[in-house]
Amino acid sequence: MSSSTPLLAVDGLSVVFRGRGSDEVRAVDGVSFTLEEGRVTGLVGESGCGKSVTSLALMGLLPDRGVEVGGSAVMRLPEGPADLLRLPQRRMRDLRGSQMAMIFQDPLSSLNPVVPIGRQVTEILRRHRGMRGPAAEKEAAELLHRVGIPDPGRRLREYPHQLSGGMRQRALIAMAVACRPRVMIADEPTTALDVTIQAQILELLRDLVTEEGTALLMITHDLGVVAGLCDDINVLYAGRAVEKAPRAPLFAGPTHPYTVGLLGSIPRLDAPRGEPLTPIRGSINDNIAWTQGCAFAPRCDHYTMECLQGPPELVAAGAAAGTRTRGPDGGSGGEPVAEHVHRCVNPLRGTDTADRSAPEGPAAAGEDEEAQG
Amino acid sequence: MLRFIVRRLLQLIPTLGGLSILLFVWLQRLPGGPEYALLPDDATAEQRAALRRSLGLDEPITVQYLAFLRRIVQGDLGTSLGTGRPVTEEFFTRFPATFELGVTAMLIAVSVGVPLGYLAARRRGTVLDFAAVGGSLLGICTPVFFLAFILKVVFAERLGLFPSAFRLSPGMSRTDLTGFVVLDGLRTGEFDVVWDALLHLALPGLALASIPLAVIVRMTRASVLEVLGEDYVRTANAKGLHRNTVRTRHVMRNAMLPVVTAVGLLTGSLFAGAVLTESVFAFPGIGSFVYAATQGRDYPVLTGFILLIATMYVLINLLVDISYSLLDPRVRAQ
Repeated sequence: MSSSTPLLAVDGLSVVFRGRGSDEVRAVDGVSFTLEEGRVTGLVGESGCGKSVTSLALMGLLPDRGVEVGGSAVMRLPEGPADLLRLPQRRMRDLRGSQMAMIFQDPLSSLNPVVPIGRQVTEILRRHRGMRGPAAEKEAAELLHRVGIPDPGRRLREYPHQLSGGMRQRALIAMAVACRPRVMIADEPTTALDVTIQAQILELLRDLVTEEGTALLMITHDLGVVAGLCDDINVLYAGRAVEKAPRAPLFAGPTHPYTVGLLGSIPRLDAPRGEPLTPIRGSINDNIAWTQGCAFAPRCDHYTMECLQGPPELVAAGAAAGTRTRGPDGGSGGEPVAEHVHRCVNPLRGTDTADRSAPEGPAAAGEDEEAQG
Repeated sequence: MLRFIVRRLLQLIPTLGGLSILLFVWLQRLPGGPEYALLPDDATAEQRAALRRSLGLDEPITVQYLAFLRRIVQGDLGTSLGTGRPVTEEFFTRFPATFELGVTAMLIAVSVGVPLGYLAARRRGTVLDFAAVGGSLLGICTPVFFLAFILKVVFAERLGLFPSAFRLSPGMSRTDLTGFVVLDGLRTGEFDVVWDALLHLALPGLALASIPLAVIVRMTRASVLEVLGEDYVRTANAKGLHRNTVRTRHVMRNAMLPVVTAVGLLTGSLFAGAVLTESVFAFPGIGSFVYAATQGRDYPVLTGFILLIATMYVLINLLVDISYSLLDPRVRAQ
């Protein structure tokens, strides 16, 4: 394999839940992205857009029954490339924790309450690196030290409930990096933490990526996290990517109305006092099936009848529209591979989005809203 | 840890005190006092009054209660009206038999119930799950004496696989050290005695185990199902740990917490089932003795039995709390 192939290439990933006696749910509906060493790739979207299910599918942690996983996720492994979605369970167990690791959202519930932190760190060293006894304990203490936990010797003997929220998440990160995995997935790792701790955890993750050359898949709904951490961004809506681009073009010129809406709903410190947030109306439950047209159309301010005539394709967008398209050989499934792509027949141009920071509504409306709140 | 145990032991005092009041009131309110049980039906009112006086039943109620309390604290539960021997002595000689039966029943219940409950949870919705859940429902619904009779008729009398009564076969000689037949046999090396005793324990043990077994299956199943959905189990799997490590360290250690409580409570209530089981199998323990006492209105024995059960219950609860604090660090911290 040439070094130009990505570390992990996810192509057309789909996950369908089939409950007994209930309709099938397409949680992930054809998601493609690549992970590269030393880069942070973001999956962004609201709750229910399929971002967590994507990560669980890659880790092989979805339940055995009632789930259908399609597409492919080819990872460069020491013994050659392999499709993670087709590997036997036993092999996946070997890879999890050693080649790929995951950090979860709620650090308290993600740690076993009745097992000391030290044991929870050493068990992964024992499993994948064959370390035991004092050697494993020493390494565990070093790992805790590395992720910024003071007095690691004492912390190793403590239980999760004795640690603060930030320290619990650091402990989980220590477990994740214990075997120097090449792919790390972080599923909303800062959602349960307060803001100052969030910043520290993100910095820690950034350092780990830079120092170890790990590929990090960052799953979040928080565009602030994305702006500070991610190199490449995939915006997901209803199980499909609606826009993907490197950080700079995405923030400079988002084209999909959903991305624009997400950016518009970030509270800004430099905005005038009393100015209302601009939420995206409706909820993700309002979406329609992608087969009928754009799933976002019912919530979109810019939709036309065109949006409902079949599912929109992922096409080149923004400043790169029509250019730098590498063609289908770079990827597969016939999707054009450009720096910046979107799935929209009626995209916004950069100029439409520029006035987002100064919404057209009169200031009085904002004061009304504040009075109500 | 020691402070925790001492504190819990001190908490026993008000519990048992309250219990003694309840028991005393119960005895006072019983229809027909002991004078009806002790004297023939045609005794005169004067004779009954004289007996009440001699038993101190004409004293003020607080004086009676304090006297009652003093006797209990001194370990004097009175004299059995049926056998004429002190109740404590009767209990002491019969306790080892009941203890062995209870331990047998709980061993059966736990060693079968926990694995079965785990399997039912892991194979949720399969035939095995339905069989375990349905079977345990049947186990809870079947009265112990009925099950005991069925077992006795089928396995002892029809098939002849097990003895139908007593602790040992007639004519079996043994060295008595403590009254615990199995333990004594193991210590003296009389393994024929041990085997014979185990055969005698099998059917009553199984009958007595039915309800605890059923409860443990259901508790374990529910608890494992809950724990399987916990985030830390997903974390353990995300770490690539072996199935067995996930199962024992992460699933079972947590899933067993509520089961430990259940086992404690079930052990406490085992005595109630022992009364019926022992009488069906003529097992010479406290249960069959108490069964006879209910027939003969032997109030001192019944009072003593209730006190014994209650004390056991409270002590077992203490043991549960202690083991709980060993198993769950979150409890220890409080």
